[in-house]
Amino acid sequence: MQITRTMEIVVGLFVAIGIAAIFFMAMQVSNLAGFNDKEGYKITARFENSGGLKVKSAVTVAGVRVGRVSSIQFDKETYESVVEMMIASEFNTLPTDSSASIYTAGLLGEQYIGLEPGGDEDFLNNGDEIQLTQSALVLEELIGQFLFSKAEGE
Amino acid sequence: MVEKLQQLGQRTLELFEKLGRSSLFLLQTLMGTLEMLLRPRLVIAQLHSVGVRTFLIIIVSGLFIGMVLGLQGFTTLSDFGAEESLGVMVAASLVRELGPVVTALLFAGRAGSALTAEIGLMKTTEQLSGMEMMAVDPIRRIIAPRFLAGFISMPLLAAIFSVVGVIGGHMVGVGLLGVDDGAYWSQMQAKIDFNEDILNGIIKSVVFGFIVMWVALFEGYDAIPTSEGVSRATTNTVVISSLAILSMDFILTALMFGDI
Amino acid sequence: MVEAVVNAKDVLVSVKDLSFSRGSKMIFDGISMEIERGKVTAIMGPSGTGKTTLLKLIGGQLHPQKGAITIDGQTVHELSHRNLYRLRKQLGLLFQSGALLTDMTVFENVAFPIREHTKLPESMIRSLVLMKLQAVGLRGARDLMPNELSGGMARRVALARAIALDPMMIMYDEPFTGQDPISMGVLVQLIRLLNDALGLTSIIVSHDVQEACAIADYIYLVSGGKVVGHGTPDELRHSDSEWIQQFMNGFADGPVPFHYAARDYAEDLVAVD
Repeated sequence: MQITRTMEIVVGLFVAIGIAAIFFMAMQVSNLAGFNDKEGYKITARFENSGGLKVKSAVTVAGVRVGRVSSIQFDKETYESVVEMMIASEFNTLPTDSSASIYTAGLLGEQYIGLEPGGDEDFLNNGDEIQLTQSALVLEELIGQFLFSKAEGE
Repeated sequence: MVEKLQQLGQRTLELFEKLGRSSLFLLQTLMGTLEMLLRPRLVIAQLHSVGVRTFLIIIVSGLFIGMVLGLQGFTTLSDFGAEESLGVMVAASLVRELGPVVTALLFAGRAGSALTAEIGLMKTTEQLSGMEMMAVDPIRRIIAPRFLAGFISMPLLAAIFSVVGVIGGHMVGVGLLGVDDGAYWSQMQAKIDFNEDILNGIIKSVVFGFIVMWVALFEGYDAIPTSEGVSRATTNTVVISSLAILSMDFILTALMFGDI
Repeated sequence: MVEAVVNAKDVLVSVKDLSFSRGSKMIFDGISMEIERGKVTAIMGPSGTGKTTLLKLIGGQLHPQKGAITIDGQTVHELSHRNLYRLRKQLGLLFQSGALLTDMTVFENVAFPIREHTKLPESMIRSLVLMKLQAVGLRGARDLMPNELSGGMARRVALARAIALDPMMIMYDEPFTGQDPISMGVLVQLIRLLNDALGLTSIIVSHDVQEACAIADYIYLVSGGKVVGHGTPDELRHSDSEWIQQFMNGFADGPVPFHYAARDYAEDLVAVD
């Protein structure tokens, strides 16, 4: 088979489009463009109950995503859930007295951590711990409480 | 009864013999493939006939599959009020499963069968034999560049398929059914993980490309040099590689996503 | 080897006590031949006697069950892959079909072995290819594709390709079959001419008695897996053997019966199965 110039160009185009497609998948379809584990700092927070939170769940401030959960561990002594978060290095102005809560996106959606900035002048650094936390709402507990208070009221 | 047993034994032995021949063939091909890196022009010609000619069918099928996913996904998701997750659903289905698998099946049907027929006819018309007598090893000169070209093409085609599918899903979901454009992309980006989903999808397509090329080239090379033999080899290529792709897909999925 | 010295013949290819069978079918049963350097040797016999198989055995594409073939002192089936390929560079085999590569032009087909085995500059390849094509009279057809060639032209292109690397020996597989008288004449002339001009050794496998006799220096007759006769064309024409007479003159009946083995004709007609 003779290799013509056109054939070379067409093959070049094909390979270029293929590579562009892989690039598109990485950048537009997946989270690769978002946060890179290498660039950022880690902070931890202790929750009584981390509910349905998972590794890679989102961490947001005022609804804007700033990082993700990097690990969830169980503290054997305090029986608490220790959640470690990776925050992108550009968001390095979170006050040390910020609080962390676990929210649910929609009624059945994924759970994520919402950070509420405090008023302190010092900022959180790598390895710091957030003191103020609010656990995940567990639906069964809520319903239980509701029924209990109803019963008490009557 | 004894005859049936004998037949069974004969078939089994033939199967093992064929497996042995194909493994040897693969080994020789892989050795030839390394050499091909020094002769890229041969590979370019094959990239043209293997990859470029499959391109159009991949684009069209990718678009339609993406559109169907958009439509079906929307109907199901809207029952739960979760239309916003349409992007995730479309992308996850494509990137993890449909992209690599459907591309590989189409690739086997389009490029694989054509390669088997081509090699089988070259054998029938004594071109391979003639080459051998000119002291040119047909495995290195004919088989290896095709193998490498197919191996390179498959992941590229699968990626193109997935991307076109995601766009097709967007056209239907966002364009026709009114899913929020931002939600479509952002939910997708939030849920699809590069390492877990995209990379695994690419690994799948590489494995499938390897399988299709191995089956197609071996069937052609091993074909009985008659017109009937070539036609049977071509059918074999499509059947064997499709079954191999689907069973391999199950194994890979279990290993990658199944926590087994 | 001792015989060869006694006969003082310059033997290029010697086939010794060669046996080969496909499945249960015996194709060669202990045949021996000696092919002299620089001569045109024809191997003839009825269709289906495995003449093509013999060429494949010489080229090392098949392995004998017994016996050996030596070319220029090298035993073919004992050679390593590498040495076998080195030997094949010095051999040319002309397939019946021509076996041209269908996706290349005539020019590229002839250039193919040169490109594969040498690193000559493009200008030199061009001159070489044109020389070879000139030798077979097809310089003007260089840009045609193989499917545009007639059978005779395809064979001539294949011949040009076979001599592209200046081999020491060329084997022709049924070169005259299915050719019109003119292209037959062209091929006969070419084979003889190339053999003498390039100092080749030629082996022709054929069952066309007239053409083979016209150019062969020596003829081997093969039938039923054995050599049934050999000699120069003249010797064979005047042979006493009935079989050789039948083959050389193309009689319908003789030692090779016209009828396929069957029971008595009259008996067969009246029999009720």
